[in-house]
Amino acid sequence: MNLRPDPTFYPSARLAMEGPVETLAFALMLSPDGSRPDGLAVVDVDPASDSYGQIVHSLFMPNTGDEFHHFGWNACSSALSPLTGHAFLERRYLIIPGIRSSRIYIIDVKDPRKAKIHKIIEPEELFARTGYSRPHTIHCGPEGIYVSTLGGGGKDGTDGPPGIFIMDCETFEILGRYEMDRGAQDKHYDFWWNLPRDYMVSSEWGLPPQFENGVVPEDLLSNRYGHAIHFWDLRARRNIQTIDLGANHQMALEIRPAHDPAKQYGFCGVVVDTETLQGAIFTWWRNDDGTFEAKKTVTIDPVPADADDLPDLLKGFGAVPPLVTDIDLSLDDRYLYVACWGLGEMHQYDVSDPMAPRLTGKVEIGGIVARTPHPNGKAFGYGPQMVEISRDGKRVYWTNSLYSTWDDQFYPGEGGAAMVMARVGDGGGLTLDRDFWVEFPEGYRSHQIRLEGGDCSTDSFCYPSA
Amino acid sequence: MDTAALWGAVIGIGVYHGLNPGMGWPLAVSSALMERRRSALFRALAALAAGHFASMVLVLVPFSALAALVRWEREIRLGAALIVIGMGLFLLIDRRHPRMLSRVPPSRLALWSFLAALAHGAGLMLVPLYLGIGRIGAAEGGHGAAASLLAGNTGVALLVAGLHTAAMILAGGAMATAVYLWLGLRVLSRSWLNLDLVWALSLIAVGALGLLGAWHG
Repeated sequence: MNLRPDPTFYPSARLAMEGPVETLAFALMLSPDGSRPDGLAVVDVDPASDSYGQIVHSLFMPNTGDEFHHFGWNACSSALSPLTGHAFLERRYLIIPGIRSSRIYIIDVKDPRKAKIHKIIEPEELFARTGYSRPHTIHCGPEGIYVSTLGGGGKDGTDGPPGIFIMDCETFEILGRYEMDRGAQDKHYDFWWNLPRDYMVSSEWGLPPQFENGVVPEDLLSNRYGHAIHFWDLRARRNIQTIDLGANHQMALEIRPAHDPAKQYGFCGVVVDTETLQGAIFTWWRNDDGTFEAKKTVTIDPVPADADDLPDLLKGFGAVPPLVTDIDLSLDDRYLYVACWGLGEMHQYDVSDPMAPRLTGKVEIGGIVARTPHPNGKAFGYGPQMVEISRDGKRVYWTNSLYSTWDDQFYPGEGGAAMVMARVGDGGGLTLDRDFWVEFPEGYRSHQIRLEGGDCSTDSFCYPSA
Repeated sequence: MDTAALWGAVIGIGVYHGLNPGMGWPLAVSSALMERRRSALFRALAALAAGHFASMVLVLVPFSALAALVRWEREIRLGAALIVIGMGLFLLIDRRHPRMLSRVPPSRLALWSFLAALAHGAGLMLVPLYLGIGRIGAAEGGHGAAASLLAGNTGVALLVAGLHTAAMILAGGAMATAVYLWLGLRVLSRSWLNLDLVWALSLIAVGALGLLGAWHG
C-alpha cells in the first residue's frame, strides 16, 4: 500500500498520454512444442540506452507446456475509480496465465530487470474454485482482477460454459465466478468495459477442442466458432443483450471500447467472414435507452494467390484471407490498428468518426504469400499479430505468433519470434523503424506485449478526457 | 471539553470527512465531467450529503435512545467509547476495501455514500462527541421526564448529524468544485492521500477522548 496513488495511474486517457514515455516493454515467449518453459522477456525500448531493442532480462517459468498468450497488471488506472477507492495499489505484478495448462503466474516486476515469480496458482485451484479453465484476458475492475477463460470444466474444457472469474487484487486469491446470469453466452474470448457507465462487453473465439490442436476446418466452414458479442450490466453481473454479428463472421475476438468513458462505443475485430474470406471490424455502440447495436464498418479483402503458395488449409480457396487477429485503439481514440496476420499487413484507421473508419496507414511485413522482410533485411516469420501502442500514440509495437498450433497450420515450418516497432506520422501514417529489432532466444515464439507503466489495452479510465 | 469545543469538533470532523476522497467528492467531479454540465456536480453532492446524513442518523439515534437512561449514563458513554475504539482497531487491522461497496452501481450515489460512511465508521466518530453534548445539555436542563429527555436527545442527534453533514458537504463540495472548475483532474490523483491509517487512528483518538470524558464525568 502506498500513501499516494501509483504515479502510473491516470484519471483520464488524455493525462495518460501526457505521462512519461515507456523505457521498457514486457513480451511473452512461448515454447511452441512445450519442450522448454515459457518465459517473460523484458525489452529495453529506451532509444537513449546502450541496450536499446535488446532483451535485458528473461524470466523462465518452472513448468513446461503453459502456452503464454495474453497477460495484464494487478492494478491500473481503474484504481482511481471514485467508487472503488483502491487508489493506493501499486502497479507491480504481471498476471500471466497459461492458456494450455490453466496455470497462473504472478510476476513481481517492481524492479523489472530482476522480475521474479511472486506466486503460482495451480490449475487444480482454478478448476476447484471456478469450474473454468484456460484463463486468458486480464483487466482490473470492481472487486478485484477480472480474468476471462476460454474453457469450462472437464479434461477438454467443454463441461459447462467458460466465463470470467475474479481474483483478489492484493492476495491473488481466486474469489469465484463473475456471472450471475450469463444469458446466451456459451463461448468466451475477450472482454472490456466502461466503468462509470457500468457496462461490460465480451466476445467469443471457440471452445478448447476447436483451437487447442489447431483450427478445425469443418467447424469453421460450418460457422461453429463464436460470432456474437455480449453486453453485461457490470455490477449486477448480468448479460443484458447479445448481438449476433452473423454466423459467417467467425471468431469475434478483441473488444476495444473508446478509452474516454464519456464515449459509449467501441470496436470488435472479426477474424474471417466465411462467405467472402474478408476480415472485418464492427463498431458497437450504446443508445440512450441503454440498448446496444453493432454495424460492420471495415472490411478487408482477401488477396488471390496461387494454390502452390498456400498451406494445405487454404489451398482450396485460391486466396489469402486477411485474418484480423488483433486490434488496438490509441488512447486519444483516434487510431485503430488492425493486424492482418494472414496478409502480413498492419493497418492504421482513423476512427475519429467511429462509424466511418478511414485507412490512413499501412505496413507490410511477413505474410503467408507476401513474406515481406523487415526494412533491415531480416525475415519476419508469420504476420503482424499482437499489437500494442505507446501511451502517447507515437510508437506501435507488435509481435508475430498467433497460437502455437495455428501458426503451424497457416505458416508451416518454424518462423521464429519477432518484435518490431513502427512510428506514427503526425497526421497519421505508419513506418517501420529499421533500427528496432528484438532478437529472441532460438526456438521461442513471441506473443503479447505490455509496456512499462501501462499501455493502450491495459488501463481503464474512470474520468472523461475532455 | 465544553459545549462549544464539542460542537466545533463535530464541524471539524465534518470538514475532515468532506475532504477525504473516500467519502465521495471525486464522484461529484466524475458526474459533472460525464454529463458535461456543472449542475450534475451539485446534484451528485446533494445525493452524497443525503446518504451521509442518513448514515449519521442511523448511528446516532440509537445512542440518543440509550442516553435517556440517565442512571446508566457513565456506563453508556464508556461502552460507546469502547465501540468506537473497537471500530478503529478493526480498520487498523483489516486494511481492505469493503467489497460490498463495489457492487453499488455508479448511478446510486446516495446509497453509495450511506454505505461508505457506515462501512468506515464515519457515524461512530461522532458518537462520543454527541454523548458529551447530550450530557451537558441534560445537566443544564435538569432531570425532566424520560419522554421529553428522549425527544430532546433525538433533536440533538439530528442537529449533530445535520451540522456535521453540512460541514462535510461544504468541504467536499469546495474540493470537487475547485478540481472541476480550476485545478483539473491531475490534482485528483496527486491530492489523493491514503488516509486509511489516519482514519483508523482518528476513531481510536475520538474513542479515547470519550473514555476519558466518561471517566472524569
